[in-house]
Amino acid sequence: MKLRPRTVASLALVPTILLTVIGYYVSILWTVGLSFTPSRILPVARWAGFDMYERLFQTERWHVAYTNLYIFGGLYIGFCLIIGLGLAIALDQSVRGRSFFQTIFLYPVALSFIVTGLAWRWLLNPTTGLQDFVRGLGFESFTLDLLSSPDRAIFTLVIAGVWHSAGLTMVILFAGLQSIDQEIWQASRVDCIPRWRMYWHVVLPMLWPVVVTCLVLLGMQVVRSYDLVVVLTGGGPGYSTDVPAKFIVDHYFERQNVGLASAAATLLLLTVVALFVLVSILRRKGAAT
Amino acid sequence: MSTRPSMIGRFGLYAFLLVTAAFFAIPLLIVFLTALKDSDEARAASIFLLPGSPDFEAFRVAWLEACIGRECSGISGRFWNSVIITVLSTSISLLLASINGFALAMWDLRRGGLVLGLLLIGAFVPYQVMIYPLVRIFALGGMHQTLTAIVVVHVLFGLPILTLIFRNFYVGLPPELIKAGRVDGAGFFQIYRFIVMPMSLNVAIVAGIISVTGVWNDYLLGLIFAGPSWQPMTVSVASLSATASSGVPEHNVNMAATLLTALPPLLLYLVSGRYFVRGVTSGAVKG
Repeated sequence: MKLRPRTVASLALVPTILLTVIGYYVSILWTVGLSFTPSRILPVARWAGFDMYERLFQTERWHVAYTNLYIFGGLYIGFCLIIGLGLAIALDQSVRGRSFFQTIFLYPVALSFIVTGLAWRWLLNPTTGLQDFVRGLGFESFTLDLLSSPDRAIFTLVIAGVWHSAGLTMVILFAGLQSIDQEIWQASRVDCIPRWRMYWHVVLPMLWPVVVTCLVLLGMQVVRSYDLVVVLTGGGPGYSTDVPAKFIVDHYFERQNVGLASAAATLLLLTVVALFVLVSILRRKGAAT
Repeated sequence: MSTRPSMIGRFGLYAFLLVTAAFFAIPLLIVFLTALKDSDEARAASIFLLPGSPDFEAFRVAWLEACIGRECSGISGRFWNSVIITVLSTSISLLLASINGFALAMWDLRRGGLVLGLLLIGAFVPYQVMIYPLVRIFALGGMHQTLTAIVVVHVLFGLPILTLIFRNFYVGLPPELIKAGRVDGAGFFQIYRFIVMPMSLNVAIVAGIISVTGVWNDYLLGLIFAGPSWQPMTVSVASLSATASSGVPEHNVNMAATLLTALPPLLLYLVSGRYFVRGVTSGAVKG
């Protein structure tokens, strides 16, 4: 007996469906389930209610990590958008050597956050790095010991992160700019409207959906930011630059606190869900205007 | 644009572009310069100084002699681990994703939308929410920290975006292709193999670039699922801090190892050019 091709098409999806359902959804439910147990090294199936969440909220390190998500995220996304938009608009002015510039702006995207972090850690090292360079120029008292300052170490993550991802924002926004109808420029010339006003009042609103796309992409990077933190600051000094992604991995695999880590992971998941609701509101807002 | 922009505006424009270009270019240049120095020079002299007697000795040491933990055989072994993991994950992902994309795009399946939705929603869930159960599942199957485990997780987390890319491409193909194939009595896999696959080269290159850079640059999954015997390059280079036998740090070797880790995706980027940009921007569509 021969199967109909359409049946075969359905069957061809079975491996993926199994992989997805088990890999994603069973795993997610399992994690949420574990967050209600007092599991330490190994999972135990004893109900502990919201104990782990209470413990989590009493953990100073979690508060720091969760706040950092927003400090790092806000600055990283903000600067990526500003620099990316600036570069995209600049490249849109029919500049010479456009592909040369684009190649330079975009190459960090091809690198891992590990390489990014190692390069910036080296650049920011206090003995031979940037600080030494500026002092050599005659500014003897210049200090840039960002990495050893609990208050400012987070900015190193922002700098390195923006260096890595601003090019990504640029290409996406540039593609958006290119798809805008060129006739608006002719119209603007007829009406003698300055270029910058065109960008601000006409082009940017048209670009809104693309900006939201960038927001989503960058937001995902923020939530996932683990590699960069591990390599650049190690979460330190102390735990001043910790982020939820690192908090969770550390508590799962080093501090043997599966219940607490699962509670933190569940909260991270809820955060992502909340951000998605926000994004869909932003998108609808863009569509309405 | 035929309007004549003012000279000052033009000057400011290029100044802005050049300054930002310097910001983007300098870190990698510094890494490269440091790797060309000898270890005394790398430790003592400013990172901005040119190397006195540039050579590739640090690269040789990083490749063959640098110590990772107690083992001093360089990162070459880890390089090949990464190559094997990347090649296996990418080929399996591309095959699965293109079959998925074909099935979802051209066969008008009941619940096809649901399958795609389940896949794509999963793509937005942070890895941290899923890794621990995955570790337990692999441990149950006796596969914890094996090549199988690391390849399976890479395929799992790569599937959503790759499937979407293939599906979006196949949706644009004329349905007559399939009808013609079916009139000739060809089945699903015959149509896939002989009609669809030969047309998929461009989209496969784009998807391949996404997959290769994603897998090569991964750190977290390699750290947790690959274990010591399949440790990828990113994991070893992150913990590598080369020290000479005298105990002084060898920054030149560290930077050489960093650069070697960066090289494969960087070369891919420079060679593939427009495909890379398409990959990056099609990744954006998923938002």
